[in-house]
Amino acid sequence: MLSRGVHPLMADRHIYPDSPELRARWGNFVWTEANAAKAKEIVARYPEGRQRSASMPLLDLAQRQVGAETNTQGWLPIPVMEYVANYLDMPIIRVVEVATFYTMYNLVPVGKFHVQVCGTTPCMLRGSDDLISVCKAKKMPTGSVSEDGLWTFTEVECMGNCSSAPMVQINDDNYEDLTVERFEGILDALARGESPKTGTQEPGRHTVEPAGALSNLTAMVNENHDYRGEW
Amino acid sequence: MPKVKVDGVELEVPAGATVLQACEMAGKEIPRFCYHERLSIAGNCRMCLVEVKPGPPKPQASCALPAAEGQEIRTDSEMVKKAREGVMEFLLINHPLDCPICDQGGECDLQDQSVAYGRGSSRYHEHKRAVTEKYMGPLIKTVMTRCIQCTRCVRFSEEITGVDEIGALYRGENMQISTYLEKASTHELSANVIDLCPVGALTSRPYAFEARPWELKKTISIDVSDAVGSNIRVDARGREAMRILPRVNDDVNEEWLSDKGRYMVDGLSKRRLDRPFIRLDGKLKAVSWDEALAAVAKIAPGNSIAAVAGDLVDVETMYAAKKLLSGLGSSVLEGRQTGLAYNTANLAAVNFNSGLAGIESADAILIVGSHVRWEAAVLNARLRKAVKHGAKVFIIGPEWATTYPAEFLGSDASVLNALPAHVWSALQGAKRPALIIGGAGLAKGALEAGLAISEQLGLVRTLEDGSVWNGFNVLHMAASRMGGLVLGYAQKGGINDVAAAKPKLLLSLGADEVDYAKFADSMIVYVGHHGDKGAHAADVILPASAFTEKAGIYVNTEGRVQFAEKAVFAPGDAREDWAILRAIAQVLNVNVGFDSFDELRSALFAEYPALLVDGGLIDFGPLPTGVSGSAAGEIAYPIKDFYLTNPIARASETLARCSAELLHGSQPQAEAAE
Repeated sequence: MLSRGVHPLMADRHIYPDSPELRARWGNFVWTEANAAKAKEIVARYPEGRQRSASMPLLDLAQRQVGAETNTQGWLPIPVMEYVANYLDMPIIRVVEVATFYTMYNLVPVGKFHVQVCGTTPCMLRGSDDLISVCKAKKMPTGSVSEDGLWTFTEVECMGNCSSAPMVQINDDNYEDLTVERFEGILDALARGESPKTGTQEPGRHTVEPAGALSNLTAMVNENHDYRGEW
Repeated sequence: MPKVKVDGVELEVPAGATVLQACEMAGKEIPRFCYHERLSIAGNCRMCLVEVKPGPPKPQASCALPAAEGQEIRTDSEMVKKAREGVMEFLLINHPLDCPICDQGGECDLQDQSVAYGRGSSRYHEHKRAVTEKYMGPLIKTVMTRCIQCTRCVRFSEEITGVDEIGALYRGENMQISTYLEKASTHELSANVIDLCPVGALTSRPYAFEARPWELKKTISIDVSDAVGSNIRVDARGREAMRILPRVNDDVNEEWLSDKGRYMVDGLSKRRLDRPFIRLDGKLKAVSWDEALAAVAKIAPGNSIAAVAGDLVDVETMYAAKKLLSGLGSSVLEGRQTGLAYNTANLAAVNFNSGLAGIESADAILIVGSHVRWEAAVLNARLRKAVKHGAKVFIIGPEWATTYPAEFLGSDASVLNALPAHVWSALQGAKRPALIIGGAGLAKGALEAGLAISEQLGLVRTLEDGSVWNGFNVLHMAASRMGGLVLGYAQKGGINDVAAAKPKLLLSLGADEVDYAKFADSMIVYVGHHGDKGAHAADVILPASAFTEKAGIYVNTEGRVQFAEKAVFAPGDAREDWAILRAIAQVLNVNVGFDSFDELRSALFAEYPALLVDGGLIDFGPLPTGVSGSAAGEIAYPIKDFYLTNPIARASETLARCSAELLHGSQPQAEAAE
C-alpha cells in the first residue's frame, strides 16, 4: 500500500490550546518600544483601507518579539494573534487563518534553534535522510522543545536551494551543501554559542554556482545557443 | 447583453451574468458545491466545470467565468463528463463513506451529485484523512471529516451575518473549517450554515438522528417568532413536527431563518395544554370540554367581555373572537399586550412601508428604539446589505452589537426631536432616506415625532425613475400585530383601556405577556396552547392549537398577507382556536355567522378583501399629514432574551440551552456518549 505522503508534522500542526495559564503569560502582550515604531512603519506601507495586508509582517514581528522574550525562535500564542488582530482592527479568525496557513509561523513553542531540514527530492537524493538521522540522534523533538531548550526539529518541503542540496534552515539562516560531519559541526558550534558560517559549506564555493566543471548547457557559456533543434 | 451558445442553443444573457447562470438560463443543470446565489463566488470546489470556446483547451469553472459575447459553452461533451468525474473522485477521496449514519443522508448534495456525475465506483484504496471534532455551539453539530471545504459557511458568516467567527485554518489537505477558539456561534442566523452546508459536516444538533428526510411530511407555513413572517416549511412525522426549515422568498426572508424560528419546534411538544382546565379553589383541575364550556357559560358576561390577542395568533382566530364579542355587543379588543398605545387611526403610519426587501436600497437609515438583531434577525441581514451598498445607519437607543458600522446617537428618545446636524444632513442628502421605529420607540412617542420628521424630510417621494419611495417604517415584533391592527385589535389607551373597562370575562387568545394583575376582577378564559404565563392566570383554560396545528393567515410587519397550512394535529383534547371560539359562542347563545372554517374565511374575506391574496401587500393608503409630537424618555428594548420571547420558545429545551450558553455564559453541556 502506498503511503499518503502526508508529512507527519504538517498533520500535527495545531494551535496551542487556549488556557488561563496561556492568558496569564501572554494576555498582556504589547509591542516593545522599538517594535511599536516598526509596526507603525509596516502598517504605513499599505494604502489607506488596506491595513489588513500588514497582518503577515506584523505576525512575523510578533513572533520575533515572543522569540526575544523567550530566547527562542519565537511562536504565536493565541493572545498574541488576538493582539495583532486588534492592532489592525480585523477579525481574529482572519489573522488565525494566515498564521495557520504559513508554516513559517510557529503555532507551538520552539527551541532556541528551529532546525528545519529539507526533505524534498533533490535534498533527499543528496542525503537529507542522513541529516535527519543526525537530528534524531541528537534527540531533537518534533513539535516540541528538547530538554535543554535549544532544539526543535521540523522536516520541511523544498526551500529552493536545490542546487546546493542538501540544506537545512536554522532560524533565519540557511546552511547548504551539508554532509553529516559539516552538519554536526554547525550544530555543535551553535550549541557553544558561536555563529557558524551560513550558506554553502563547500570549500571554495561562494553561492550556487556550478560545483566543479560545467556539465550542461555548455554551448551557452560564451554565446546564446538555440538548443531546440537538438531535442 | 452578450449572446452565448449553450450546447448549441443560442441565447441572450444579462450583462454581468456568469457562464453558470447562462447555462441555467438555458435549462442545463450545472453541479456545484461552493457556488451559492447569495454568497460571493469562491470557485474552489471545481464541480461546475464546463467547456468554453474561445478559451484555453481545458474545462473552466463556470461559476467564476463571466459570460461573454460569442462564447460557445458545452455542458454535455466528453471533456465535461470526464472533468466532473475527476472532480467528484477527488472530493470523495477524503469523504467518509458514512452516509448510513449521516443526518444529511437523503438530502445531501454530495450524495446526489456523486450519483448523477460520479464514476460509480472508487479506485481509492489508501487511508482517508480524519479531522477532529469542532465545537460550534448547541445548534450546530459538526462532523468535520465530512467537510469538502466549499467555504460556504465561512462566506456566510463573513458576508451575511457580519460576525467573522468561522474560518479555514491550516492548508492543503489539512485545511479545516473552525472557529478559532471553538466557541459557540453567537449570531441569530447562525443555524443557516446547516442549510448551506452541501454535505453532512454541519448538521442540526437538536435534530441529530431524529428522522430521515423521506419520512417527513412537508407543509408550508409561516414563522411566528417575529413579525417578519419568514416563510418556512414544517417537516412532520406522524403527529410531531420534527423540524422547521426556511423557504425561499426574496421579498421576505430570502432563504434565511432566525435560530429562534428554526429551533422553537421542540417547544411544540412540551408544556402543552392538552385538555381543558378550570380553576377551583385556586387550583387548576382537569375537566371535560363540556364542563369547561359550561364554566364559561356560567360567567355569563353579557357585553362585559374583552379579548386580548397574543403574539402568535392568526387572523382567523382574532376574527372569530371579534365576531364573538360583537355578537355580545362588545368591541373591547386589544393585541398590544405590554401596554403600547400608539395611534392606529391610520395603519400606514404603523407599517413597514419601504418593504423588507426595499430597505436594502435605502442609503441613510435612522433606527429609533429597535434592537433589530433581536427583533427581526432576518431584517438585520438586509440592513447589513444596505450598509455594504453605502448606506449610513444611525440608531437612537441603548447600544447593541450591530453587524455593520452604525452610529449610536444616545439612548433617550428625545434625540429624535432635535437630530444632530450631521444626521439631519445625511438624511436630507440621501436619495432614499428611511426611518425605522421599533416597539421601544413607539413606547416613547417616537411615532408622532417620526411622522413629523418624515414630512419635513419627505421620506415619501417619487424617485427619478418614477417609482415611489416610502421610507417611513415601523418594525413590529409580534407575528399577529399587523393582522390584529387590521381587525381593530387596538384600544385608544391600549391594554389599560381594557383593564379600565373591567370586563367580567377576559378572553385571552394565547396572550402570555399581559400583566394579569390588572385583571384581578375579571374571569380569565385562556384559549392557548402552552402552559405559560397566561395559563397560570387563567380561570378557565381551553386548549388550542399552535401555529403548526392550524391553517392561518398572518400579516407581517410590512403588511404582507401570508397563508400557513396545517402540518399536524394538536395534541390530546386540544382543538383549533376558531372551533373553540365557535363553541363558546354556542354556549353564550351568540350567532357568529359561521359554522365551519371555510365559512369563517368567506366571512373574513368578505369583510377584509385585502386578506384574500396569499403573498399580497395590503395597501394602507398615504401616511397621515400634519402630525406633530415629541418623543421623550429613556428607550428600553422590550426583548431581554432573544431566545425566550414567546411561550413556544420558552418551552423549548434547545432554546433554553441557547439562552443559558450563548447569552448567559454558562458552560456547554457535556454531550452524552453516542
